[in-house]
Amino acid sequence: MEVLSRDIKKVPTLRGRVIVTLFYEASTRTRISFEEAGKVLSADVINMSAAGSSVEKGESLLNTGLTLQAMGVDAVVIRHPHAGAPHFLARHLEGVSVINAGDGIHAHPTQALLDLYTVREKLGRLQGLKVVIVGDVMHSRVARSDLWGFSKMGCQVTLCGPATLMPSDFLRPQQAWPDAHPLAGVQITTDLDQAIDGADVVMALRLQTERQTTGFFPSLREYVRRWQVTEDRLRRARPNALVMHPGPMNEGIEISTDLAHGDSSVIVEQVTNGVAVRMALLYRLVIDQAAINQEGPQLSRAKAV
Amino acid sequence: MVRKSGSILSPRTILIRGGRLIDPSQDWDLIADVLIQDGKISSAGSIIDRTSIPEHCQIIDAGGMVVCPGFIDLHSHLREPGFEHKETIATGTRAAARGGFTTLCCMPNTEPAIDNVAVVEFIRRQASAEGAVRVLPIGCVTKGRKGKELAEMEELAAAGVVAFSDDGDPVYDPMLMRLALCYSRDLGLPISNHCQDNSLSRDGVMAEGWVATRLGLPGIPAAAEEAMIARDIALADLTGGRLHLTHLSTAGSVSLLRRALEQGIAVTAEVCPHHLSITDRWVLGGKGADVEAAGPFSYDTSTKVYPPLRADVDVEALLEGLADGVIACIATDHAPHDLASKQVTYQDASFGISVLETALGSLMQLVHEDRLGLSTLVERLTAGPARVLGPDFQDLATLRAGTPADLVIFDPNKEWVVDPGEFASKGKNTPLEGTTLKGRVVATLVEGQVVFQDDPISGRVG
Repeated sequence: MEVLSRDIKKVPTLRGRVIVTLFYEASTRTRISFEEAGKVLSADVINMSAAGSSVEKGESLLNTGLTLQAMGVDAVVIRHPHAGAPHFLARHLEGVSVINAGDGIHAHPTQALLDLYTVREKLGRLQGLKVVIVGDVMHSRVARSDLWGFSKMGCQVTLCGPATLMPSDFLRPQQAWPDAHPLAGVQITTDLDQAIDGADVVMALRLQTERQTTGFFPSLREYVRRWQVTEDRLRRARPNALVMHPGPMNEGIEISTDLAHGDSSVIVEQVTNGVAVRMALLYRLVIDQAAINQEGPQLSRAKAV
Repeated sequence: MVRKSGSILSPRTILIRGGRLIDPSQDWDLIADVLIQDGKISSAGSIIDRTSIPEHCQIIDAGGMVVCPGFIDLHSHLREPGFEHKETIATGTRAAARGGFTTLCCMPNTEPAIDNVAVVEFIRRQASAEGAVRVLPIGCVTKGRKGKELAEMEELAAAGVVAFSDDGDPVYDPMLMRLALCYSRDLGLPISNHCQDNSLSRDGVMAEGWVATRLGLPGIPAAAEEAMIARDIALADLTGGRLHLTHLSTAGSVSLLRRALEQGIAVTAEVCPHHLSITDRWVLGGKGADVEAAGPFSYDTSTKVYPPLRADVDVEALLEGLADGVIACIATDHAPHDLASKQVTYQDASFGISVLETALGSLMQLVHEDRLGLSTLVERLTAGPARVLGPDFQDLATLRAGTPADLVIFDPNKEWVVDPGEFASKGKNTPLEGTTLKGRVVATLVEGQVVFQDDPISGRVG
């Protein structure tokens, strides 16, 4: 964090390391965030998007990965429309760190890390907080990673949105989740007012029009009426409750404009923290574990990060 | 049709001595001998006196082994013509022989599809020239499997197809399914429908449930199968046609089938070895172990199959339906794929498992765990499928004297580790890779010829 607030945002930690961002889906903030994180740490960051690359010539994910491995890259940051694509690469590549920057509707782990970081920074703790995630849970990899992350850190997570946009297991949790599963305790409701009651964190999810293939709800008008997070609704939450959004926002749909830019919003901080969290992650995964163990000079530099 | 396998030249007379004969067609479970002469069973069920053993007779000592009619598979994909890089009739039938199957019914989703006599004849010719076991083609319900208009079903029947199916796809249009069931009544052959309502399964790749949610993979609800089965049962009732339901996978499907049979509707069904033995937890990695989170072994594409692997309750219901005979038979849905079709993301991977060579071993697990009786298992692999095929095929599922000597000898207790590198099938796609199975085929005979023989068998030509 400290490095990001300096006049000259540059430390030599990852000098001579090569990081490729391999994006099979459109992205602005995540890709730039990783790129900035890498560049601040002095890594050479190469951006590759599926459009305009050999992927368009039909190259498979495996061969693209093997090609990057042969070029000696240290880390691949991958975003892919299919769940498990990073796992697939990690299984087939050797000596290359693979970082998941979002895979299908499965996970977006760095987003969850930055969300956790932001909440702890603002509220001082995670244990025992009530976290409400509102909107299109079914198509949201952010929701799934947050669900996992916040549950693991001892928060009570409530999901709220149209029943048609909830994974069906959550609609019949007693049948679906094995006993003692960490996610078995997740609450679910379609009533936003009830969900927000006493909440410490309210996270609005982007309505993912590009992932929805059929009409999951009657109209945007009805969606807004039932599930838009507004100043009015937030009154039911705790006094210092945080309003979050993974971005990009559809202002006026899942979140009202005044709330998005109001005092309780930490949406901008989420973005800043994203760079810091990704710097930490790149450091962890790119620097040789042995060097860390030896408490070499790189570790002392890392402490400055 | 039947041929030599490798360098093994089968003598005209074979005595299989001292095996445990399980023949559900005669309610047999006894220790006795089988004598084979000129491709037929000349006697079985008694101990043959040492002095009356014919000359130049190969003797196979089957002590401790099970000897039963060869298995009949109502559902396999041999991929030829059109997809010879995945499987051929030669490799698929050798895989069958290694798995104890002596008869395969091959599905018509080839290229071109089996929707005309020329393709039927091509398959019969290939099977005769290169096949290790019997091959019975299944014809398309609709021209080109396009689901628009009926194929020339009578001509296909006359050419020797044993059933009709657009497998890989359902007959989706309910009116067309009605017509198919009605039109085929006088042909006496079943319509074998792939039970999948595409508008419910959509882009799903595994069973809907907590594992799919955890992995972020689009799910296929049980209702996608059950809705189609409910519809087909209603249409079978309406038309009086013969309906066969492929690869049942859900508890709800078993209930629907049970109720239809109680009402006297002409319907039969099959279940696959994988749906009886493994669950959707296998997609998480760790071969079904309790794994909480996704890891590098998650998204194992060899577990991707249609219908998808489901939950424990479904497995239990399927086993119950199989045990009480509601489900008539076990079929493999052997679906071999090349590596490139599976070495991709889970969502891009092709559906299907290479089953023929692991079927017996994985089913014997259930016997060893006392979840399935041995004679029931044999029945569902022999007489059960023969009943679905009809009266003309009963001779392929019995050890009665005078019938073709199609039989299998297997060691119920032999443990082995699944190594797809040893498969005869071109399809190495199995989630069982590296697992230990107990129960292995020792020898397979088709019309009295040994088409597969495992090493440890002790035989001598005397």
